[in-house]
Amino acid sequence: MLTKLTGGIVYDPANNVNGKKKDIYIQDGRIVSKPRNVEPDKEYNIAGKIVMAGAIDLHTHIGGGKGNIARMLMPENHRIDPVAHTDIKRAGTGHAMPSTFTTGYRYAEMGYTAAFEPAVLPVNARQAHMEMGDVPMLDKGGYVMLGSDDFFLRMMTANKDQQAINDYVAWTIRAAQGVGIKVVNPGGISAFKFNQRQLDLDEKNSHYNVTPRAILKSLATAIKELGISHPLHVHGSNLGVPGNIQTTLDSIVGVEGLPMHLTHVQFHSYGTEGDFKFSSGGAELAEAINKNQNISVDVGQIMFGQTVTASGDNQRQYANHGFSSPNKWVCMDIECDAGCGLVPFKYRDKNFVNALQWAIGLEIFLLVKDPWRIFLTTDHPNGAPFTSYPHLIRLLMDKSFRNDMLATIHPEAQKMTTLGSIDREYSMQEIAVLTRAGAAKITGLVNRGALGKGDYADITVYTENENREKMFEKPDYVFKDGELVVKDGEVVNVVWGTTHVVRPEYDKSIEKDLKKYFDRFMTMKLGNFTISDDEMTEDGRGSITVHPTVGEKV
Amino acid sequence: MTEITEVPSPFCGIGTDDLAIQVDGISIKVTANGCAINTPAFEQAISDFSPRVDGKEVSLDEAVCKAAEILKAANQPVIGGCATDVNGMRALMALADRNGAVVDNMNFTAAKRNFLALQDSGWMTTTLAEIKNRCDLFVVIACDLEVFAPRFYERYLWNKESMFLDDTSAREIIYIGKAPSGKASTSPDNRQAQVLECENADLPEVLAVLRALIKGNLVNAEQVAGIAITDLQNIADKLKAASYGVVSWAAGALDFSQAELSVQTICELVKDVNASGVRCSGFPLGGKEGDQTANQVCGWQTGYPARMRFSSDIPEYDPFLYDINQMFDNGEVDAFVWVHAFNASAVPPSGGKIPTIVVARSGMTFEEEPAVFIPVGTPGIDHVGHAYRLDNVVAIRLKKLRDSGLPSTAEVLTAIEQGLVN
Repeated sequence: MLTKLTGGIVYDPANNVNGKKKDIYIQDGRIVSKPRNVEPDKEYNIAGKIVMAGAIDLHTHIGGGKGNIARMLMPENHRIDPVAHTDIKRAGTGHAMPSTFTTGYRYAEMGYTAAFEPAVLPVNARQAHMEMGDVPMLDKGGYVMLGSDDFFLRMMTANKDQQAINDYVAWTIRAAQGVGIKVVNPGGISAFKFNQRQLDLDEKNSHYNVTPRAILKSLATAIKELGISHPLHVHGSNLGVPGNIQTTLDSIVGVEGLPMHLTHVQFHSYGTEGDFKFSSGGAELAEAINKNQNISVDVGQIMFGQTVTASGDNQRQYANHGFSSPNKWVCMDIECDAGCGLVPFKYRDKNFVNALQWAIGLEIFLLVKDPWRIFLTTDHPNGAPFTSYPHLIRLLMDKSFRNDMLATIHPEAQKMTTLGSIDREYSMQEIAVLTRAGAAKITGLVNRGALGKGDYADITVYTENENREKMFEKPDYVFKDGELVVKDGEVVNVVWGTTHVVRPEYDKSIEKDLKKYFDRFMTMKLGNFTISDDEMTEDGRGSITVHPTVGEKV
Repeated sequence: MTEITEVPSPFCGIGTDDLAIQVDGISIKVTANGCAINTPAFEQAISDFSPRVDGKEVSLDEAVCKAAEILKAANQPVIGGCATDVNGMRALMALADRNGAVVDNMNFTAAKRNFLALQDSGWMTTTLAEIKNRCDLFVVIACDLEVFAPRFYERYLWNKESMFLDDTSAREIIYIGKAPSGKASTSPDNRQAQVLECENADLPEVLAVLRALIKGNLVNAEQVAGIAITDLQNIADKLKAASYGVVSWAAGALDFSQAELSVQTICELVKDVNASGVRCSGFPLGGKEGDQTANQVCGWQTGYPARMRFSSDIPEYDPFLYDINQMFDNGEVDAFVWVHAFNASAVPPSGGKIPTIVVARSGMTFEEEPAVFIPVGTPGIDHVGHAYRLDNVVAIRLKKLRDSGLPSTAEVLTAIEQGLVN
């Protein structure tokens, strides 16, 4: 079947197409060049409408144990947002941490076609994939968490050579069916179990004698040497601590030019100036990013309102539990592997700290120059639910709207931010980079986030509207792998995306050590730990897409 | 005859995955690492292969049609039991969503005590590998642990090697409530567990005093429920001196009114120990035969644990109203589905004259024959699947051990759901 989208204005940064009128042809799920002498079976007249690839969220907590605890923790938050079933859609609930089906539908209804879960604990990876297996409409993938797991820290203590670390990293990413590696508060989740309540970049984990700096270096090196496309995905030390901008800047230096992705960097860009000893490090951070080509970031913008923070960083979540609103929270130590913490938050525009957090996130967005190295996230649900993205896009694209909003926040926070003096407005093409082309590139996806010949036909069509929030919250059409799935902002066809993975090579002899280790210390057998391909596909809906490592032939 | 090793069990809840099993045709024998729970659960013979409608053997198609017919005609169907694997539970939820049914996990009345505490104030908890490698003080409240999980001590406390403890036999075990029925809690070097004995019904008082002592509050009494305050003070001191104390409790045993407040007291005293500057974690003991699986799947698909309904086309959660036993008593039910793929003796509660559909492990016998009975395979024996351990983090991959030809829960419930559409 040949489908033609006629007359749209195309923003496709991956192919240097910037707002050009262009017809798009789709066949067998892919974009094809204009075929000769063949009439399209189906034509959509989208004259004058805006066309982009399907959007990609590279950091959103949509699947895994902590998210499910967050769901269970907050029934009152679901009750305000029930979603009825239809002939094609399953019932569910929304708000801060929506149910899986609702997550998929709502993402698609905003024009998204892929989302990545950034905190897959190896021991909980099965659950992450099963939950994501119940997220329709989207392609999925997970970053596997290392850095507070006993096996890795033991290797660090024993000064194992980099090759051995690489083998372990590669084995883990394959066993957990991941597409990237994440480190959360390097060594800090483990330190909390030994009753260390904080861990600075150069502070040693009391049991393993290893610093976060050394962990970052080791894992970032492993990823480079293994050829994993996505740089080490780093949730840094000292999240939320006033003054942590220094930790973040030191981490950038510490990684010594290796590729590194700093995630929800807003939460790591705080100074200690001013009457409240809390100030913006946004400008300093942006300067460091602008200078260091090896660094990419996603922002983790906060929005005002109720949400729940769900993090692997139980050390910092424990430290922040006093802010929980409503006053209930969960911390969990997990399998000598990792941990998690759930703390409900209500960000308030009239609260000085929250107001400044909001401004800091926007400062970072607007002061980082290269749109290919910054990504649009709220660290869903930690800064705000993903459904706030259209509002965030408007804040980036519309200076007068942004300044109107700025005028409503806590007055002291207004004084502590340079936001009002920043003139930059994001262009349509830059938004397409942040949410499409750049996100596909940094996650190593092949033929996604782009609208060239041979690319998968994940396509979103919007009606131009000066109110960018209105424009981006309700696409006219969304196509997933060439099929029409959303019309006028409503799901019309339920489809199931693939799971993106990478499979770097490694020396199999590490499995002997691991088997011994599992038999001695763990609570399951090594053979039962590894997730098989069958498990990902036997429900009849799931599939796996393996992406090449860097340098590998496709 | 084949021998299969490293077999994981969905029955015991503690994720034992070292069983060796001999399969001869469709008969199964546990040859290594069995226990009082797992061995009979694995070895139970298949006695029914055919579905029945009104007691007569029929084809699967006929049974499915009859089930769909009953559910189509119902105004308020309920689905109870909910004891199956992840895919079975997924199919159960899809059926409930389409049919406007109530979903109620069979052990939710016990689990409710934990969920109410969680949803009111939260908790700090841990998992089995942390206990195995880190815990130096293990407190058991209201649970005969070796009956609940016969291999718990062997696997997770008296393990010879651990990551962080020099000598695991030096761990201290303390019981609050009933004394243990056997000697599993006695350490390899022959130290007996300390027992502070009281009736379960006295636990609210005892736990309140323990928490007060942990917080350093003055208690003007010499004893509570027969336990000397000095003994409780001693436990408070030990928790605050331990490297990694773990306080476990069995919500199922707290069978008294408003027991969620006692669960909350336990969870809050764990937080108090952490606030005092040392680490400590809670550990809920509950969740066998698919309880955690039911709550997890229901949780991610609807946002709520497994006592909820789809009657108004949206998911609605109420831990009190949608208790199917109470709904039976109130005459609120006109069709009843019972799903239990693990245990042939887990028979459905009596729904009286309400048309009942049983989708359950082969071999279930009934006082009153249900309208429809469909025997299904057992996850981890007859088909692959996934089941959650009691610590809720680890989903174990269940193996297929034999070819019995029995359909899975998921296949049967999906077929019934399709029957509602056609």
